[in-house]
Amino acid sequence: MTHDFDAYPFEREHCLSISDFHRVDVERLLELGARYLNLDEQKDGNREVLRGKTLINLFFENSTRTEKSFELAGKRLGADVISMQVASSSVKKGETLLDTAATLNAMNPDLLVVRHGSSGAPALLSQKVSCSVINAGDGMHEHPTQALLDALTLRDAFDGDIGGLQIAICGDILHSRVARSNVQLLNLLGANVRLIGPPTLIPTDADRWGVEVFHDMETGLKGCDVVMMLRLQMERMKGAFVPSKREYYHFHGLTRAKLAHAKPGALVMHPGPMNRGVEISSDVADDPDISLITNQVGAGVAMRMAILHALSDAQDARRKSGDAA
Amino acid sequence: MSLTFTNIRILDPESGTDKIGDIRIEDGKIAELGPDCKVSGTVIEGQGLCAAPGLIDMRVTTGEPGRENRETLATAAQAAISGGVTAMVVMPGTDPVLDDMALIDYVMRRGENLPVDIHVAGALTKGLSGETMTEIGLMQGAGAVMFASGKSPIRDAQMMRRLLSYSASFNALISNHCMTPEMSNGTVAHESDFSSRLGLTAAPAVSERMMAERDVALAELTGGRVLLDLVSSAEVLPVLRRAKAKELDVAASVSINHLALNELDIGDYRTFAKLEPPLREERDRQALLAAVNDGTIDVIVSDHDPRPAGEKRLPYAESSPGAVGLELLLAAGLSQIADGALEILPFLAALTCNPADLLGLDSGRLRVGAAADLVIFDPNEPWVCDASKLRSRSKNTPFDGRRLTGRVRHTVKKGEIVYSA
Repeated sequence: MTHDFDAYPFEREHCLSISDFHRVDVERLLELGARYLNLDEQKDGNREVLRGKTLINLFFENSTRTEKSFELAGKRLGADVISMQVASSSVKKGETLLDTAATLNAMNPDLLVVRHGSSGAPALLSQKVSCSVINAGDGMHEHPTQALLDALTLRDAFDGDIGGLQIAICGDILHSRVARSNVQLLNLLGANVRLIGPPTLIPTDADRWGVEVFHDMETGLKGCDVVMMLRLQMERMKGAFVPSKREYYHFHGLTRAKLAHAKPGALVMHPGPMNRGVEISSDVADDPDISLITNQVGAGVAMRMAILHALSDAQDARRKSGDAA
Repeated sequence: MSLTFTNIRILDPESGTDKIGDIRIEDGKIAELGPDCKVSGTVIEGQGLCAAPGLIDMRVTTGEPGRENRETLATAAQAAISGGVTAMVVMPGTDPVLDDMALIDYVMRRGENLPVDIHVAGALTKGLSGETMTEIGLMQGAGAVMFASGKSPIRDAQMMRRLLSYSASFNALISNHCMTPEMSNGTVAHESDFSSRLGLTAAPAVSERMMAERDVALAELTGGRVLLDLVSSAEVLPVLRRAKAKELDVAASVSINHLALNELDIGDYRTFAKLEPPLREERDRQALLAAVNDGTIDVIVSDHDPRPAGEKRLPYAESSPGAVGLELLLAAGLSQIADGALEILPFLAALTCNPADLLGLDSGRLRVGAAADLVIFDPNEPWVCDASKLRSRSKNTPFDGRRLTGRVRHTVKKGEIVYSA
């Protein structure tokens, strides 16, 4: 029923950005996530955790895996879950984000999962609602739950410790919120992070993020334990960033030949959805010996259960102390 | 009707005066200036206070005509006098755009009975579209003091060349927004480590420098007078210095926001600090302050741009840029002076005699016989800005809740006290 939160309570109200958390918070979340990785625990476990709570998924951008994984996580913990189809809602009729927030807030949700195309939109929303807000991706800013599930996947694959690992994040870093969250979280957990991509897809001054930057895959991959590929985000590109998919694949797509420059037995990750033949070849993506891609999806549900659980417990604690006062 | 300030620190940047003395005002004009003036009429003891020429703000956007919910000329005038501003140039980007002599005349008449001088900047091109030249000569005849490109620069170099060349025959001042649209359009921040962490689309400072280089080159070619409007980066300053060394008719303005704030003020996506051009790095801010002190930058403006809350309370990328500034222009600058970052006479010059020279106005000086437009301020008074108390119809300021040093005590227009704190 209870878990080992006693030493240091998790007190965060929202999950907006990795920088909101300190190491202990992250350890609590990953610890809980590891428990939910066990399928017996996940499916037959305690469904009382979110009993009587309402989870609203509010996705202003299309998503399959993130939205469904939050939905499943909420249901497996016993919450009432609804998903807002924004395409058919009044947002298309000119309602502003804050009007939507006020409307939703009047329905008294406990947890609000938000994805929005504008950086900072979930943070703005969190100032205007009285429930916990979880950032499920905002513009080019952050995707903290993805970073946490990636860390959970890695911990599971590397026997619980990723300190000292060499991790390369490759491809379209510029447009990637996943990369921004992962750089912070992996650094926090003691891994060494490198960014590899063409200069047009590496953000300005990324070398000041506490990472090494490479533009050439073969050099960058040397000695890497993990290669994390990112999707080439054509939909966010206005103008030319790379000449063609063909050239991109030639220099920056992950193939067995390029992977051979990494450490023997190096593992491959991808947050999905994949552009096969653009940033990753199918035989690498589909090789169960080296690919953690399906593990990531599985860990997604477990990690999101952990996040919802922790935020909900913190909410209960706040309400209780509010009542006491 | 006479008014005397005694024992006041008289600051006149044109003559370089900075001394304690008295100022006697008779019939709307400065009658006597200096030590031991004759005292007559209302006497105000000026111990601890400073007197300077009323400020001239060369860049004010109002909503009149067309967007009166943002600001009217009358509300802007109220905001102005509470900030020590006694003359302002209103921008042509209204609805309709001020691109015709009848509209210039209309705005000037609307401003006639207000407690500040309303000067009008005419649109440089029809509808500010950047395509067709307006009747620069006729609008100047109707009273337009300068001609502005609006929010976006004149993109076509040949067009800019012709504008400069044609306007040179009227000795008209042209202001062009200093950025390269191909690099800056669609971006919302300064390109840096900070903005890329926030995931904001950004343009580098070189966008500004490229346009400055072009306009300086065209000014050299044509002999036209150009104002590089709202420079914001360290990179543009060498361009300006080179132009001045060649004695070209090139001037530059900077907004008070860029002298007082940097990109970190965006913080957690604070849209009230979203400006155009964007706030840049601290080293840019320091370089801009130094450039005001050494005279490289000629003019400081408030870049007053009233926006209703609805345009600001949006996700960062979707919100409108702009901030009101008429009321805080002087205080924000005095705060920099109190911090030792800015010198008082160059600061005041950039708000009084320099804009007056560029615009061909008589105001902006303290001298016997001149119209008595004055600002009286306490350079050391600490206070906290409360946006809800601003007189402007819109309250969008990045200074809300900030501590400021230095405050307007009285504003005098044509010898009458029109504002007192």
